[in-house]
Amino acid sequence: MTEAALTAIAVPDRAEELESPSRRALRRLVKRKGAVLGLIVIAIFMLLAVFAPLIAPYDPIATSWTLVRKPPSALHWFGTDDLGRDVLARVIYGTRASLLAGAISVGIALAVGVPLGLVSGYRGGLIDALISRMTDAMLACPSLILAIAFAAFLGPSLGNAMIAIGITATPIFVRLTRAQTMNVKVEDYVEAARAIGNPRWRIALFHILPNILPALLVQATLSIATAIIAEAALSFLGLGQQPPAPSWGSMLNAAQRFLTNAPWMAIWPGLAIFLVVLSFNLVGDGLRDALDPRAK
Amino acid sequence: MLNFLARRLAQLIPTLFFVSLLIFSLQQLLPGDPALVMAGEERDPAVIEQIRHQYRLDRPIPVQYVYWVKGVLSGDFGESLRNKEAVRTLIAQKLPVTLQLASMAIVIAFLIGIPAGIISAVKKGTAWDYGANLFALWGISTPNFWLGIMLIFLFSIELGWLPASGYVPLFEDWRASLAATIMPAFVLGNAIAAILMRHTRSAMLQVLDSDYVRTARAKGLSERSVILKHAMRNALTPVITLGALELGTLLSGAVLTEQIFSIPGFGKLIVDAVFNRDYAVVQGVVLVTATIYITLNLIADVAYILVNPRLRG
Repeated sequence: MTEAALTAIAVPDRAEELESPSRRALRRLVKRKGAVLGLIVIAIFMLLAVFAPLIAPYDPIATSWTLVRKPPSALHWFGTDDLGRDVLARVIYGTRASLLAGAISVGIALAVGVPLGLVSGYRGGLIDALISRMTDAMLACPSLILAIAFAAFLGPSLGNAMIAIGITATPIFVRLTRAQTMNVKVEDYVEAARAIGNPRWRIALFHILPNILPALLVQATLSIATAIIAEAALSFLGLGQQPPAPSWGSMLNAAQRFLTNAPWMAIWPGLAIFLVVLSFNLVGDGLRDALDPRAK
Repeated sequence: MLNFLARRLAQLIPTLFFVSLLIFSLQQLLPGDPALVMAGEERDPAVIEQIRHQYRLDRPIPVQYVYWVKGVLSGDFGESLRNKEAVRTLIAQKLPVTLQLASMAIVIAFLIGIPAGIISAVKKGTAWDYGANLFALWGISTPNFWLGIMLIFLFSIELGWLPASGYVPLFEDWRASLAATIMPAFVLGNAIAAILMRHTRSAMLQVLDSDYVRTARAKGLSERSVILKHAMRNALTPVITLGALELGTLLSGAVLTEQIFSIPGFGKLIVDAVFNRDYAVVQGVVLVTATIYITLNLIADVAYILVNPRLRG
């Protein structure tokens, strides 16, 4: 081995050494074209959702009998639907339901799943066994079927769909948090925190939780993608966003009936779901690689 | 091995208990008086009282639960409110349809996912690998109901090759049956193919890096033999058990797919039941899917140990 190679191993790059883990993760993330593309697409859809009233060319629920099922034109870029509503306006407004459902249901899953997982993984014993078996039971029911059942019993509405999706997304976070907590709790710094007399809740919140955040962030991003598909699926079945409020899923439901003479009704909402879900998956995959401490 | 099996089975009991509790408590979510919901249009207090008594809604909730579990254990899932048929009969009628769809989907998923995974691992970093990864990303991100609608548009409406909807039993006319189920089976299998591809790829990459593969290459075996005989056999074991597990996911996916292609299976049963407020059917379907899923999980775990000598112990 040459002298140069030895020093290269012994003395790490100064910039690298001083870099904080989150900065390093960010630097790795922006190097991934897919993840950056995903972030840009998500940002565009978020802007569409927030500024929908300013951007949408028409009122998304204004019907018109003279404009029923008109193909895409200069006036109506994406065409019009079976009630003469502008498809572009509805796709833009539909972004709201989708992104909201993704964020809120994953928020519910995090808020319920992470504390349960922390307690389960940190305390162990009977409470762990109890929480774990309940998690197994939830995971045993295929998530969409469970979400349909919840939505059916709660009654069809966008809010209830979000709750149903949130509940079905929870067990994954319980499992992940539990497994990560069990890995982290045997680390020296947790031992040290305990030795100086920190109460258990403090160790869990300030010493364990920050160290498992990367794994949770990756899972949350991927779960948003799943939740958006689930919301579209429930709305498609009529168990989510109720008409006339626009949602990509319910637009597809209407579109299926007019596939023969108005195929444009089906293309755009589906494409929107695909793009948003793809973007969250890309960002999730990118984050996983960027946050992996073993990777270079 | 026996020890593991015993522990694994013992774990099932609390899991099944919580599953039953979860499904039973669904009906507690119903807003308002369940007897009123069940009565539907009927407003006669005597009838409502009779319903309340018949379904034991006048008893405490734990008592209701015990009666419900007793019924379920003896195969009685209650009866459909709509046509008074036993939920068990309805499920027995619809399940084979969905199982046909699911089996076809699994075959399609394996046929696409595994070769794609192997090729992308063997040709890592090439256009093949890139293409296979793009396919996986596409498969995971495409909502299957949209894919179904697009396929109907292409193959049924534009090209007129395949029927857009309907179902023919396999034993009645297998050609018509396959024609009616190939699109929904592809829609279902596509997403799973993507997942299988990713797992096959990472398993293959790991194995290709191992010592025994290097040995096999060093002693001059052909690349074909190294990959097919040495690497693949070891890499595919976990992938195959994983594929078996995906059958549970398929039952979920079938809900939408059957809805789109109007296939009278399990998924359509639950959706119709939801809209008819036929809650006993909804509970029955969830219960049966959960049981199927738990059983598959168990089989996959046991199979995994059987094929992996290191875990046999």
